[in-house]
Amino acid sequence: MPTIHLNNLIKRYGEVQVLHGVELELADNEFTVLVGPSGCGKSTTLRMVAGLEDVTEGEIFVDGKPVSHLEPKDRDLAMVFQDYALYPHMNVAQNISFALRLARRPKAEIDAKVKDVAATVGLTEFLHRKPGALSGGQRQRVAMARALAKDSSLFLFDEPLSNLDAKLRGQMRAELALMSQRVQKSMIYVTHDQIEAMTLADRIVVMNGGYVQQQGSPEELFKRPVNKFVAGFLGSPPMNFLSGEIQDRSGEIYITGQGFDLLIEGEKAQAARSHSDRTVTLGVRPSDLRFDEAAPKNKALSLDVTVSEYVGAQSVLLCQCGAANVMVELASETPVALGQTLNFAVNQNGVHLFDHQKETAL
Amino acid sequence: MSIARVNRMTPYMFMAPAAVIMAIALIYPLGYMIWGSFRAWDPSQTIGEAEFVGLKNYVTLWNDPNFRESLGVTLKFAFFVVTFELIIGVGLALLLDRNIRGMSLLRTMFILPMMIAPVVVGLMWRYMYHPTVGTFNRTLESLGLPSVDWLGSHALMSVIIADIWQWTPFIFILSLAALQSLPRSALEAARIDGATAWQQIWYIKLPLMMPVLIVTGLLRLIDAFKVLEVILVMTEGGPGLSTEILALRISRTATEFRELGVAAAMSNYLLMLLLILTLGMFAFQRIQEARAARIRAAAEEDV
Repeated sequence: MPTIHLNNLIKRYGEVQVLHGVELELADNEFTVLVGPSGCGKSTTLRMVAGLEDVTEGEIFVDGKPVSHLEPKDRDLAMVFQDYALYPHMNVAQNISFALRLARRPKAEIDAKVKDVAATVGLTEFLHRKPGALSGGQRQRVAMARALAKDSSLFLFDEPLSNLDAKLRGQMRAELALMSQRVQKSMIYVTHDQIEAMTLADRIVVMNGGYVQQQGSPEELFKRPVNKFVAGFLGSPPMNFLSGEIQDRSGEIYITGQGFDLLIEGEKAQAARSHSDRTVTLGVRPSDLRFDEAAPKNKALSLDVTVSEYVGAQSVLLCQCGAANVMVELASETPVALGQTLNFAVNQNGVHLFDHQKETAL
Repeated sequence: MSIARVNRMTPYMFMAPAAVIMAIALIYPLGYMIWGSFRAWDPSQTIGEAEFVGLKNYVTLWNDPNFRESLGVTLKFAFFVVTFELIIGVGLALLLDRNIRGMSLLRTMFILPMMIAPVVVGLMWRYMYHPTVGTFNRTLESLGLPSVDWLGSHALMSVIIADIWQWTPFIFILSLAALQSLPRSALEAARIDGATAWQQIWYIKLPLMMPVLIVTGLLRLIDAFKVLEVILVMTEGGPGLSTEILALRISRTATEFRELGVAAAMSNYLLMLLLILTLGMFAFQRIQEARAARIRAAAEEDV
């Protein structure tokens, strides 16, 4: 099982630089998810690890050995592609066994392996079908079976679930989680879907614009985002951001802005006190806003409801706080009229403060 | 006439002009040729004056060793031409399917021969093959090698080479288009699965290109049976009958031997041969479509 070290990885296409020195250390048997919006460089990073893209500068170390000059086939890895990348002219069994046949393994061994892997992903009855005769979910399973059959020590996934419909995606996500526990290999998984990232990862690496923004466990990133981008990217519905000003009123720290005047306590207050710039961005997740009519004014936001989205037990309310939009969640049975003003208590532990200019967390 | 009836007739009325033109331009000459093939017909006679001889023209041809030889030359020509054009065309496409600076210019240059008029191609090669002043023999001589009797004892080979030169680009551009539309990710998956460049070609690229290659090959085969100008200009069918392909023999039977009926019968033999090939091509496409439909149906069943 390898440890993988990406050392100052840079990728340029002509004049355009898409990766700006990516530095990552991935431990044994870890499920790492690279997540970010389209064009953030996550797929490029993965393809460089796979050997499908050249490394412009920097190096990839597997167990301390540089591999960036090696062909993909010499890197001991398997990959699952977004569009499955099955061989359309081969049936399922041939697709799964292609790598083994190229390696000239004995036929008995290949047959046993194909059977074994097909049973793992539930494809036993489809071994003689061509990919064209399979549904999307089945094709996805063939792609996984093909990767599993190779027995590589590193698995790469390039947005493997994004071509599936929502229901199937949820189901395959659960199967993937199960599979990753069972096979115990190092995995790198690329996705733009933060829910996939949160549910599957041991370690999340958030990327944007060719830079790594933050890496760590899902909980760490959710609770302590290092900047506004990470805070806004992870979590659904996303974090609310309000622009405000730090005011020191005889020792008590207030963030005050259009439509709110909020008392800040604890370590955030300390950070705000020592911050040089008076203008800050206040971040609060919808889950840290609790409907409470009786909450004191300096520990709550009062919001004007503009849109209510019913999603079952919970409703998502889109509200106005001054000129800013704020999303909150509310139990659906609470009677709410559009245009009404509601009071939401702010959970002090859920308050995030970001530098107004650099967008880094205070 | 009732209105409903007129309404039913409307589409046919719209189609009528096209049908008439089709009949005049296509059916009439074809029928004329078939009708003429049953007669002992001299160009000085109208077709009505010619004597009806039934299948005599066909039987005579079938037993005519010269016709058989000509048919043999045609088959040999078509076989070698299409085989070599496929091998070279696909090979070039595999080589040039990459992004190198100036590749688009190179590709354009490769397809130039196809754009030259066949008569010009014939003249060009005739002069290059010329036994004393031709490019080839002069080059051979300057290298101290014996000269080759290109349009004499090796005439068939020489016309085959000229045709390969002109028509390989056709297969090249179609193969290149097929190659570039192959799923990139499947090739990447093959690289990760451990396939070398040759193995990628052999196990992934060629099988996936096969439908295009079969249709391209059949198109070239049909064309190769009809080739006339290049050979006419280069050898006029000689020496002897060694390069007298069917199209050339038909033209000579009609103009030199003045046997329009026999020429028509010969044309019909060629037409039948081409018809079989064309039907084969359609059958192939229909089989492909049917298979694709069956596969789709199977996939929809167990979604």
